[in-house]
Amino acid sequence: MRETTTMNGDALLLALAAGIRGGGVRVVDLTHTLAPDFPVMVLPPEFGQCQPFRMEEVSRYDARGPGWYWNTITMSEHAGTHFDAPAHWISGRNLPAGTVDDLPLDRLVAPVVVLDYSAESAADEDFLLTRAHLEAWEAENGEIEPGSWVLFRTDWSKHLGSDKYLNLRADGAHSPGPAADAVEFLVKDRDIIGFGTETIGTDAGQGTHLEPPYPAHFILHGNGRYGLQCLAGLDQLPARGAILFAAPLKIRHGSGSPLRVLALVPASDDA
Amino acid sequence: MTDPIVRPPKKDPQKVTRPPELPPLQRSRAALAMSAAASRGAFELQCCKACGAWMYPARDACPRCLSVDLAWKPAPDGGEVIAETTIRTTVDLYFRQRTPWRVAMVRLDCGPSVVCHLHGDVEVPGRVRMTAQLDKGGNAVIMALPAKRTPNMADDPEFRELTASPKHRRVLVTDGRTAVGQAVVEALVNAGAALVFVGIAEPWKPYPGEDRLKAHENVQTFALDLTDTTSVQDLAGEIGGKTDILINTADHVRPGGILSAPGMITAKDSFDVNVFGLQRLAQAFGPGMVGRGADGTNSAAAFLDVLPVYALANTPDFGIHSATAAARLSMLQCLRSEMRAGGVRVMSVFTGPIEDDWRQPVPPPKVAPAQIARAVIAALEGGIEDSFVGDVAKDVATRFRQDAKVLERELGA
Repeated sequence: MRETTTMNGDALLLALAAGIRGGGVRVVDLTHTLAPDFPVMVLPPEFGQCQPFRMEEVSRYDARGPGWYWNTITMSEHAGTHFDAPAHWISGRNLPAGTVDDLPLDRLVAPVVVLDYSAESAADEDFLLTRAHLEAWEAENGEIEPGSWVLFRTDWSKHLGSDKYLNLRADGAHSPGPAADAVEFLVKDRDIIGFGTETIGTDAGQGTHLEPPYPAHFILHGNGRYGLQCLAGLDQLPARGAILFAAPLKIRHGSGSPLRVLALVPASDDA
Repeated sequence: MTDPIVRPPKKDPQKVTRPPELPPLQRSRAALAMSAAASRGAFELQCCKACGAWMYPARDACPRCLSVDLAWKPAPDGGEVIAETTIRTTVDLYFRQRTPWRVAMVRLDCGPSVVCHLHGDVEVPGRVRMTAQLDKGGNAVIMALPAKRTPNMADDPEFRELTASPKHRRVLVTDGRTAVGQAVVEALVNAGAALVFVGIAEPWKPYPGEDRLKAHENVQTFALDLTDTTSVQDLAGEIGGKTDILINTADHVRPGGILSAPGMITAKDSFDVNVFGLQRLAQAFGPGMVGRGADGTNSAAAFLDVLPVYALANTPDFGIHSATAAARLSMLQCLRSEMRAGGVRVMSVFTGPIEDDWRQPVPPPKVAPAQIARAVIAALEGGIEDSFVGDVAKDVATRFRQDAKVLERELGA
């Protein structure tokens, strides 16, 4: 039995390697470039702030280091394309394995389901994904399997570089996100690993005014699930059938981390 | 003769720690000049420029000729006790905790008669030497000391209130890797400190003097990296409740100015140690020290920082380093005000250029680590807020008081 499994594993990985090398499997980058001008979450000024990415040159083949080039970087754990661990939110503060240094590895490589609501989000900047939407989606596409990542495609990543990305007004940010009943459904009824978005957070721009406030953060992390945000390139993923690689940095007691998110995607015929 | 104070017994965990009350704080604006002089260890009184009369307490006009042209200057410190009393009860919360308290009327050789604190070894009537000391509220008070030194003189309970003597106290020295840190540790052991905790950044890296440092019986070394908030908090969690004196000897020094040293990394490193390191220490250890400001013989007494005198004016060959020193001085001023609530003194020992590897190109005179260590002990034992070590530091301080702008021009020439 054990031998069979090993052989199956060998065969699987060989096939995968062949697919990546020779076609059939495409590696897709779902990550924005970490850069100082990448926007971060805006909070009321009396709260601690999210430090954007910063880079200072240590040396570049010069008097400070004649033969080498390197930089010192500083940033919030929640800058750029990043991962939220359960301990990020108060609802997940007492859970075991709640920080990024202590996550089960099999949850960091997993199948991914992509829900395309880009048209709805283009029509309504405050579009809320509800349980009813999910049930309708499943009626058409089949049930979301347990142990999946669920990514919410809004094409919001395409607004990066314009004011629309944060879409900040006097009454706060305006961007799409999930309603509480949708997150409840995904976590309790579909047992997902985590939920990812293209916007600055997993919650809608106006998420603070929902019940509970920030329902994606509150419910996901309160149940030991993860968040991914500031994703890019979701339009390159199929509705299902891709594998997501989302491994945050192993930071001691870290609440999250910037990361490179990759997906293995069945190549389309023209690839 | 004063009975030597004995090492206090271990703390009774059932007893409430005595809250740190402060002596009366109010002073006139005129009187603040006396505190400023006392902060440097000087006994200064007002003297009338018109008629030459000395006066006390601080005045806005001369009581003899009514001239308003008064100057603070070092006063003759001799006097004669003409009366004494011992206060055994009072409604003042600070003194209530500390009675009996001996006070005197002293006729100064220069004229005025003053009411002052009276050292236990002074015989009445008799000659005394006057000293102005900062009390726990940071204000100058006058104390009459015996004209000649007596055995165990520093152990007088009234005098000990006016100092931060390391005797029987537990002291943290934040950087034991350097010659300065090690000299300070040695001096503290010799001055009777009960225990000296020594912080060592990156203890896996060997350093000169390590064996000698660890050979001392009353010295304990701990991992402490001032650039790492967790490290500072961890150490405070371990020894913060029994740190009576904190001496920060850490200093990240690199040559170079703003244009002559390109990039931000070295400057960030310097600020991280010299400025934010100080802040991390203060935030981790400060609240505990404030709470223990009146905790008996080994109460929390002082937070002392050894910093470059170029905090007062920039020396462009070490321009970034000077900038960190200026920021550090400003931090200390803030902290002094905040720590006052516990009667914990915040002290600065300003040094000229230190004799070390980074200052090889700096011409002498330079300061030896042992000189700094002596100044640290003198500051603690004398209750001196601002001390200046070495000829360069003394000179910079003098010129700073004369005209800071002239000093800037001279250093920047």
